[in-house]
Amino acid sequence: MTTRVLSSTLFWIALVVFVGWDWSQSPPIDVRREPPLVAAGSGQAVSGGHCALAR
Amino acid sequence: MALVAFFVLLVWVVAVRQAVLFAVGIGMGAALAGARFGFTTGWRQLVEDRDPRGTVGQLLLLGLAATLSMPLLAIYPELQAALGPPSISLVLGAFVFGLAMQISDGCGSGTLYKAGLGVPLNMGILPLFALGSFLGSAHLDRWLALGEVAPVSIVQSWGAGSALAGTWIALIAIGVGVRLWAGWGREWIARRWVWGALALAGLAALNLAIAGQPWGVVYGFGLWAAKLAQATGSFDAAGNAFWSQAGNAQRLSQSLLLDVTSITNIGILGGALWIAARRREASAHPLTARQWLIGLVAGFVLGYSSRLAFGCNIGAMLSGISTGSLHGWIWMPMAFAGTLIGVRVRRRFGF
Repeated sequence: MTTRVLSSTLFWIALVVFVGWDWSQSPPIDVRREPPLVAAGSGQAVSGGHCALAR
Repeated sequence: MALVAFFVLLVWVVAVRQAVLFAVGIGMGAALAGARFGFTTGWRQLVEDRDPRGTVGQLLLLGLAATLSMPLLAIYPELQAALGPPSISLVLGAFVFGLAMQISDGCGSGTLYKAGLGVPLNMGILPLFALGSFLGSAHLDRWLALGEVAPVSIVQSWGAGSALAGTWIALIAIGVGVRLWAGWGREWIARRWVWGALALAGLAALNLAIAGQPWGVVYGFGLWAAKLAQATGSFDAAGNAFWSQAGNAQRLSQSLLLDVTSITNIGILGGALWIAARRREASAHPLTARQWLIGLVAGFVLGYSSRLAFGCNIGAMLSGISTGSLHGWIWMPMAFAGTLIGVRVRRRFGF
């Protein structure tokens, strides 16, 4: 196994562990209240975070 | 196979929208890595080699994305543009970002797709980028206190048609300047930059229509680090001006799989990994310890400055300009000015 493959494998393991940890300590997701598949035309205000946000 | 499994998992336990956004992210990662669509490299080649192909590809991307996004914003009022406030923070942040991205050899999207491709420095940079992004957002109120004005939407001020025409005129004017700098005998366009621009413009518009907001990268990184800081007890979100805001506090408390920026970021990593599995990358020459240290510090600065600048090359430049935000037009020249210094620093340390 090359160093590059090894470091890439460790990187992905770390990412999976992080996402799993976050999932385990977050409140359960209510799938019955999921957002519309396409926001355009849904009439619902957007609530996502974006890097252009100042506040 | 793992990407398909994660897509199904998202449909099953999170939301169909998040799964589709993950697929959009995979497309973005595959387009960035497949076309080697590097914003950092394109600018560096223009400055150092007078090679205009990358910059022309980026101008094409901006124009195409605006052509798709501005009418969407005009038709669907529930969609949001990437509106950042023109401010001292933006000017300083964009300049420093443009400088640091040349040292770390990757902007926001570049760091992501190169990490997905398995480039060691970019994989190492990613956690520091996240830390910088988090600290930048946590300090944002103090930077904004230096001076800001309200965000300016060119689409709202001029109307979508005039805003789009003005955007294309400005992009063509920059293209003429690029041509004058590069000289007339140069090759203008390369196929990979063109198909990369076409694919990324389409995916950026798809992101806008599905998520309701433009493509962004940096917010997701900051959120990840904020979650870790909060979990370790080293950060009190309730006492912070940015993270105590209702929307940010909510995203901090819920799974990152519900955050649109986080999900496209993971998709981009996955899309680049998919390309890496199909292409044998020539290994880059190993970096010295000093180059590693400088690269990692630059990665941290990249994250911090991108929050001050209200986005990176994606959130501020691509999404800002294509959705008619004045802050995108301030970001681009400031970051390019930073790049002029950054390419010299890069050379100085032998990257």
